Amino acid sequence: MKEILSGNEAIARGAFEAGCLVACAYPGTPSTEILENTIKYKEIDSSWAPNEKVALEVAIGASFGGGRALCTMKHVGVNVAADPLFTLAYTGVRGGLVLVVADDPEMHSSQNEQDSRNYSKFAKVPMLEPSDSQECKEFTRLAFELSEQYDMPVMLKSCTRISHGKSIVELEERVSGLPAPKLEKNPAKLVMLPGNARVRHPLVEESLQKLSHAGSKMAINRSELRDRSIGIITAGVSYQYVREVLPNASTLKLGMVNPLPYDLIREFAAQVEKVYVVEELDPFIELQVRAMGINAVGKEIIPLCGELTPGRLRSAFGLPQTTPVPAEKLPGRPPNMCPGCPHRGVFFALNQLKAYVTGDIGCYTLGFMPPLSAMDTCVCMGASIGMATGVTKVVADQEKKKVVAVIGDSTFLHTGINGLMDMVYNQSPATVVILDNSITAMTGRQDNPASGFTLMDAPAPAINIPLLCTSLGVKNIRVINPLDLEETKRVLAEEMERPETSVIITNKPCVLIKREGVFQKGPVYAIEDDTCTGCRACLKIGCPAIEWRPAADGGKKGKAYIDPLLCTGCDVCRQLCKFDAIGSKK
Amino acid sequence: MSEQITNVLMAGVGGQGILLASEILSEAAMLAGFDVKKSEIHGMSQRGGCVVSHVRYGRQVFSPIVPEGEGDILFGFELMETCRSLPLLKPGGAVVVNDLRILPPSVLMGQEPYPDGLVERIKARFPDFQLLDGQHVAEQAGNVRAANTVLLGAVSKRLNIAEQFWMRALEKMVPPKALDVNRKAFQLGRES
Repeated sequence: MKEILSGNEAIARGAFEAGCLVACAYPGTPSTEILENTIKYKEIDSSWAPNEKVALEVAIGASFGGGRALCTMKHVGVNVAADPLFTLAYTGVRGGLVLVVADDPEMHSSQNEQDSRNYSKFAKVPMLEPSDSQECKEFTRLAFELSEQYDMPVMLKSCTRISHGKSIVELEERVSGLPAPKLEKNPAKLVMLPGNARVRHPLVEESLQKLSHAGSKMAINRSELRDRSIGIITAGVSYQYVREVLPNASTLKLGMVNPLPYDLIREFAAQVEKVYVVEELDPFIELQVRAMGINAVGKEIIPLCGELTPGRLRSAFGLPQTTPVPAEKLPGRPPNMCPGCPHRGVFFALNQLKAYVTGDIGCYTLGFMPPLSAMDTCVCMGASIGMATGVTKVVADQEKKKVVAVIGDSTFLHTGINGLMDMVYNQSPATVVILDNSITAMTGRQDNPASGFTLMDAPAPAINIPLLCTSLGVKNIRVINPLDLEETKRVLAEEMERPETSVIITNKPCVLIKREGVFQKGPVYAIEDDTCTGCRACLKIGCPAIEWRPAADGGKKGKAYIDPLLCTGCDVCRQLCKFDAIGSKK
Repeated sequence: MSEQITNVLMAGVGGQGILLASEILSEAAMLAGFDVKKSEIHGMSQRGGCVVSHVRYGRQVFSPIVPEGEGDILFGFELMETCRSLPLLKPGGAVVVNDLRILPPSVLMGQEPYPDGLVERIKARFPDFQLLDGQHVAEQAGNVRAANTVLLGAVSKRLNIAEQFWMRALEKMVPPKALDVNRKAFQLGRES
């Protein structure tokens, strides 16, 4: 049977067909939908972990217990999971273990565009790279088989265009007859103390060599000879752009990018006149091909930054472009916090208090955007708290009071807790705001250990964040309603003034939560035209439901207007109106 | 079947239902026997950013994104976003656009006006142009929320996919209770 699937749906399907028993992840664009699809298969135990390191450790445990396990994350997640990954390469697996990593070249939704292929080489883990949804499914199945055959974890590398692109996939049945998981001790393989690890490392090197040789005969590494004046070595989505733009060129399509199939590369290079390597981001394949003594052209013409497109590839090869109409100069449309978002008031207050805000990763990173403009740093998941501690170590006492770390509930549980431990332990006077909206919002509303539900939508114990902070030794903990601007600003000012660590926790849920009884829409607000003086105070919160309407006669005075279809009745704009022009339509 | 690839672009604002519309088109193309690829960025789309969906179908499709300047038809859900995507169209490409303005933050805050005369600007460059009031037609079909289906109906006339495949795609992708309204909306769009 054929279906149109996204790369992510196809990876989930591949895991199902491969007999996978456990899937674990922390959400991250563009990888999130893989686990949101494994839940469709009741044979797979799917769960969200608090971070990528834990997710990988759960998968390792499942593998050591004898079951096939899938772990998925975005590229930067591998930085968090790198610790277990590198040693997992030495232990190898029992049940097949596949780690899917989805890169984000062009940074559509990420803070950097690191190239995950470097991890496969660095960690000595084989890596497959599919080029469409059909290959996502096939390569996932193959990755499980190779993992067990070579006793190694296998990485599967996707990217935004593959994960979120859709194409036709032929579905197959789930494999049967895999050995049932059971406990089995094997300390020489699974306890990586120096004595054991020294034995394992040479085995890893040997397996990689064997796999490189075997790779030259694998169907996923495919030499397609056409016009022999140009031979292009490529992989993943880049292969599709090469076929689109240079349909007559010979191609060596690599399905396995680590280890490279050296014999096949040599054979291909000998059959064509000029060798090119076309790959996104780093010259990962190119440098290895050149180290083989093959004179290949790559990053001299192919961009190092951003994603490839057919047009960019055309420019690289000096091919004519279709002349498009020039781009129009139009107002931008940046993403914005939703109408009624509980984060808005907090950033409004931080802006007014002229705080120095160490930010973090989530919807609230949009607090950087005007008119709220209240975020001064954003580095990685969980960084806000540690960075706030660091800033207060160097600046003058008067400036220490300005330092506020802002972090969401899910990011706090991901890697923020350790930062808070440090802040208390080393007695930083900074203030931490935990924006608890009861969900992992930015990636599309995933549950987390504080939301009270699992990925499978079953009730779960919810972490009590104030109690957790108390147990970490925080003495000053305030829970506030972020939709009350006066309270928010007052409490922030008080805690910023305090020369001790303090934590402020907001308590209003994300407006997009659909689960019954969590988010309640209030009565819709409206602006009384006769009372509105056109002072624009309500526009300072940047709510998408409020619109400035210039005067019809072209005069100076316009009025503000609230779109009743967008308003959630959060009440924040009413508190900004000094003329009582805003009220609810009960 | 010819080697020719049909390149369809859909442009609008997050939350307008572009993903569903592009999925219905992809499904219809697959049912008609074509190879299909579809691509879009949906990381920030829920937060009101712009969304462009690329759907390509034909005998064999390679690139999942429409090569710059090769779009055959641009299906616009919002005027300004339609205008922003014009450089993706080929010279002589067709534009079918919903007569709808969604104001971006800078316009909402009164910092700049929503650009004037977009319809005329698009028409001047791409004479094969159709402007539709999707909301109004959808109301006639019984539900203003079926505006996308009206537009899809209008686009369908220009694509080499037989009506039966569109109907089967609608049946598969639209919830049963909304199916009648959507069938009607599609027909009204097709007749427009």
